[in-house]
Amino acid sequence: MAKKTDIGPPDFRKMLPPVIKSNYGTWKYHEILKPGLLKHVGESGDVLYTVRAGSPRLLDVDTVRDICAIADKYCDGYLRFTSRYNIEFLLTDERKIEPLIKDVQELGFPVGGTGTCLTNITHTQGWIHCHTPATDGSGVVKAIMDELYDYFVTPKLPAKIRISLACCGNMCGPIYCSDIALVGIHTKPPTRIDDKNFSKWCEVPTTLASCPTGAIKRNPETNSVRIQEEKCMYCGNCYTVCPALPIADAEHDGVAIFVGGKVSNSRTRPRLSKLAVPWLPNNPPRWPEVVGAVKNILEVYAEHARKGERVGDWIERVTWPTFFKLTGIPFTDQHIDDFTNAILTYRTTTQIKS
Amino acid sequence: MSKSETPKLDELEKGRWPSFVKEIKRAGKRNAGARDLLGQLELSYQDKIPHWKHGGVVGVKGYGGGVIGRYSDSPDRFPNVAAFHTIRVNMPSGWFYTTESLRKICDIWEKHGSGLTNFHGSTGDIILLGARTESIQPCFDELVDEAGFDLGGSSSVLRTPSACVGPARCEYACVDSLDICNDFTQTFQNYIHRPHWAYKFKIKISGCPNDCVASIARADLAVIGTWRDALRIDQAGVRAYVDRGMDIEKEIVRQCPTEALEWDAKGGTLSLKAEECVKCMHCINRMPKALRPGKDKAATILIGGKGPMVRGARLGWVLIPFMKMEPPYTEIKALLENIWDWWDEHAHTRERVAELIERLGLRAFLKAVGLPAIPEMVLEPRSNAFIYF
Repeated sequence: MAKKTDIGPPDFRKMLPPVIKSNYGTWKYHEILKPGLLKHVGESGDVLYTVRAGSPRLLDVDTVRDICAIADKYCDGYLRFTSRYNIEFLLTDERKIEPLIKDVQELGFPVGGTGTCLTNITHTQGWIHCHTPATDGSGVVKAIMDELYDYFVTPKLPAKIRISLACCGNMCGPIYCSDIALVGIHTKPPTRIDDKNFSKWCEVPTTLASCPTGAIKRNPETNSVRIQEEKCMYCGNCYTVCPALPIADAEHDGVAIFVGGKVSNSRTRPRLSKLAVPWLPNNPPRWPEVVGAVKNILEVYAEHARKGERVGDWIERVTWPTFFKLTGIPFTDQHIDDFTNAILTYRTTTQIKS
Repeated sequence: MSKSETPKLDELEKGRWPSFVKEIKRAGKRNAGARDLLGQLELSYQDKIPHWKHGGVVGVKGYGGGVIGRYSDSPDRFPNVAAFHTIRVNMPSGWFYTTESLRKICDIWEKHGSGLTNFHGSTGDIILLGARTESIQPCFDELVDEAGFDLGGSSSVLRTPSACVGPARCEYACVDSLDICNDFTQTFQNYIHRPHWAYKFKIKISGCPNDCVASIARADLAVIGTWRDALRIDQAGVRAYVDRGMDIEKEIVRQCPTEALEWDAKGGTLSLKAEECVKCMHCINRMPKALRPGKDKAATILIGGKGPMVRGARLGWVLIPFMKMEPPYTEIKALLENIWDWWDEHAHTRERVAELIERLGLRAFLKAVGLPAIPEMVLEPRSNAFIYF
């Protein structure tokens, strides 16, 4: 047993390079010198360069060691990661920048993801390591980033863009405030109830309470539960609390796409992403329908938005009917909300574009 | 030549973006678990469903969280992932590392597990992906004793707090997001490691209103840096942007949400009506070499950000517009304890604090935690006359 417990993480101050220690809290400004290269200047006049590289998040320890070897060679053994899985190499010697970039690229990691470049797609575990997904995580992301690679290494978008993926509605990787959000969804109720194991694996009250729409009822005949199918919207929350209610379905699970969310307070308020595409099929290994839909939305946005305008700001300005017209995405009755905040989303003005 | 057993995944070794399949194969050269992981994933790619079962209870002595049980539903075909658990390791604030610390983690993980990692998981932890049940305790022991790392949160606990890069490398930082994160993490170790509550609780700290860790969306309690005096303008810096071709009227002045900026083209001067500014960051983001936040800095505190389960996703609601954040952060910690007491007392199973506030009302919440109602808490007052007196 460990000699001590509850030691918490190492103090971050032990992980900071000297230039950060001496300029902590006194940085003056920054600029993006080129895609993936940041320059921060302190009040002291000190300069810190950051080289940002995209990663697949899933890393073997030998790859982590390769990354460490680069950080040892150029950065005195210091590095960090961003909240979106990018690796950041921190250095002060301008002459080392280009050789560092070359080594990072030779390792297979693209340098970019800053400013108006597309940054990495955050995502969840998917089929690699989870029991509830309605789609994969890493595979869909790999397919999209292969297609949108140029946007990662070239700053050609109107503003910063955040794409995120969650492989089910639990959204352990939250996506609901992203410019483009992908979520794995089920479209059939969990009717293959394992009555035999229900009482062994599940509790009736917990299972009933897990349903946001009250679609789960007791079933005295089977000593289990039954699903009122017309009420179920397939969120999968019941399966999370009760393994006897499997919901995964090879043909009917798929991916929904939401757009226009953001977390930054810049210009406009943070807002949730809204439904653009209700369902696309799971088509591994490259999910061409999903990749095509994301690319279409991104490119229509890039063509029409003004400089500095996030996806949601652009849609707000041109209005939603125009978004559907420009992207060619059909508007269906599935786009009309019928969940907890539904009535707040119905149009209450005659201000309509013709 | 023998035919590949993973044709679908092999396809994802191609392409310009770095491949997770290559990573699994690299681990597979040493580790049988990683090889079986690849095989089971290929099966998922063929039949389009997951092949993991619900997690069972696994963990380390004295803790109730930090390890997520994971079992294959096809252990006969893939015996080396029959038990393939996840260990969450609490990252240092801001995800800063020395290579020495990373190498220690790699060596320990190679010895006890699959060698596969995530840098990082969604909440911010280092994820060690794939340990056998009997390996968890020795792996944990070495992480603590030899590498100085500890577990993060899982299940109904305080999840691992996280923070943006903050004052370590950002001139926008209005609070010391890294120190606050580290301080909270150390103070609340017991809440992180032992399930106390009806569901999870998340804390995230962003240095400025750009909110790079998405605290307003993700955190039950969000700390977002801000300021209340005038933002600082370097007029020469402004003119330099204009000289380089920026249309300051169109890109900055007319984009200001509260019309707080004016540009005098003749004099080359940008002026600010400080009382109109809502500290949104737009002009600063566009001209970081000329504009900076003010000097009277603090944080806005918000409650209730969460994902869709169960009653829908919620953005955080403002509780305190401007709270000074100085160590040891006594005031905010006392508020957290009050919030947890009330939530713990009233919440149903799997009810996040936002959902409890929706069920019982923000007024009840404010009374319970001792905060006065102020207009900054709402976008607008109520529009109905059904008022409780």
